[in-house]
Amino acid sequence: MAARIAIINTRAANLHSVQKALEKVGASAEITSDPAVISNAAGVVLPGVGASDAVMRAINTQGFAEPIKQYAKSGRPLLCICVGMQVLFEGSDEGEVPGLGIMKGRVKRFPSDLSENGKRLKIPHMGWNSVNFTEQAYTDSVFADIPQDSYFYFVHSYRCLPDDPSVVAGTTQYGGEVCAAVMQGELAATQFHPEKSGDIGLEIYKNFTRRVG
Amino acid sequence: MLTRRVIPCLDVDAGRVVKGVSFVDLRDAGDPAEMAAFYDSEGADELVFLDITASSDDRETMVDVVRRVSSQVFIPLTVGGGIRTVDDMRKMLEAGADKVGVNSAAIRDPELINRCSKEFGAQCVVLAIDAKRVANPAYLRLQGEEPQLAEAPWQVFTHGGRRPTAVDPVKWAKLAENLGAGEILLTSMDADGQKTGYDLQLTAAVSENVGIPVIASGGAGELEHFYDALGVGEADAVLVASLFHFGELRVSEVKSYLAERGLPVRGA
Repeated sequence: MAARIAIINTRAANLHSVQKALEKVGASAEITSDPAVISNAAGVVLPGVGASDAVMRAINTQGFAEPIKQYAKSGRPLLCICVGMQVLFEGSDEGEVPGLGIMKGRVKRFPSDLSENGKRLKIPHMGWNSVNFTEQAYTDSVFADIPQDSYFYFVHSYRCLPDDPSVVAGTTQYGGEVCAAVMQGELAATQFHPEKSGDIGLEIYKNFTRRVG
Repeated sequence: MLTRRVIPCLDVDAGRVVKGVSFVDLRDAGDPAEMAAFYDSEGADELVFLDITASSDDRETMVDVVRRVSSQVFIPLTVGGGIRTVDDMRKMLEAGADKVGVNSAAIRDPELINRCSKEFGAQCVVLAIDAKRVANPAYLRLQGEEPQLAEAPWQVFTHGGRRPTAVDPVKWAKLAENLGAGEILLTSMDADGQKTGYDLQLTAAVSENVGIPVIASGGAGELEHFYDALGVGEADAVLVASLFHFGELRVSEVKSYLAERGLPVRGA
């Protein structure tokens, strides 16, 4: 039987962790380099870690850009992780390759003088931070049963700045408010790594798998 | 708020964890996957697996260990020991490691950090530094720089602490950051195994001079030591080996203590 969930091969280091997490929650997931597979998939995951240009190049050279945009419009479940979330936007200061532009806004580096209570903060923002979910997240979504202020594992030096604040599903605090998750219909994206956030992270994969049906 | 991390470190020899947990009734304390699951349930924020295998034949065994652990335990996993090339790092990442530590090979060839960082991203590259206090600070000769006086009274050692180098850990950490390292794992050879506390001076000296996170390692013996390393030591995370393995302290006890002292931790 064909895998119902397709993981797009972004050649990123966390591909296999994402697959293992989906398998752990009982899903059947396949890493694919074939754009035709996602057109027929019931669920798609766009993982990413590292540099946004590398992820966008992997998307472009394998012919994934248009199929991802079409898939997002189709209203089927799409989950984007970390740099996979960042490439949804129009572009990133980290590189030169334009993003997918599915969401309006840009990705910018944390300022180098980032501080909290007078203390300079390290970049990358690395470790477990609590997420404050918005009302929208607690409607019908992959975040619906995740307790407020749950801790998730983050590792990133760039953050998303959506033009439309209504897409924000969760925020965290690191020298100010940082966008931790966005959603739009069946599209959900997290800056944190649910596949590295223990049981609470697996809950998001479980919810995603359930929505795939 | 970002929490401070408590990270158990496990030594793996030929696919088996050496120094088992002695206070809990584990079916097989030598099994890396079982140990990892145990520490995950205890509230560990990440895990570090150090491959202490001497022979290169057993490197494949370590890849298999990483594969098994990462399909069962879903918290960040750092692997170190014997990493010499971009391909060594790729193997570990593909097996399921999230970060890979480099040490001796990076001293020999600092550009290794840059190549790994370009290939996989800075977040994957951890520079492990073993440092020891010396009476006469070393002179530095890093990457064609003119020899100059070290900034601090420590010296970097490689090959499991057996071989001295003419490198100052503060300077080395700064260079590694510029080359693309995403994190520093800093072990004080003086404090290691002494249970008298982390080397706060060394930890603070490195942490103040880099913009990337620093994990303090070596010397933990009492609860207060963790607070000091994360406080005056300015570490972002603390690494613990024997104290946890022999059951003298539990991860949860350390976290409760840190929370009582006002430091942000997860799940206390």
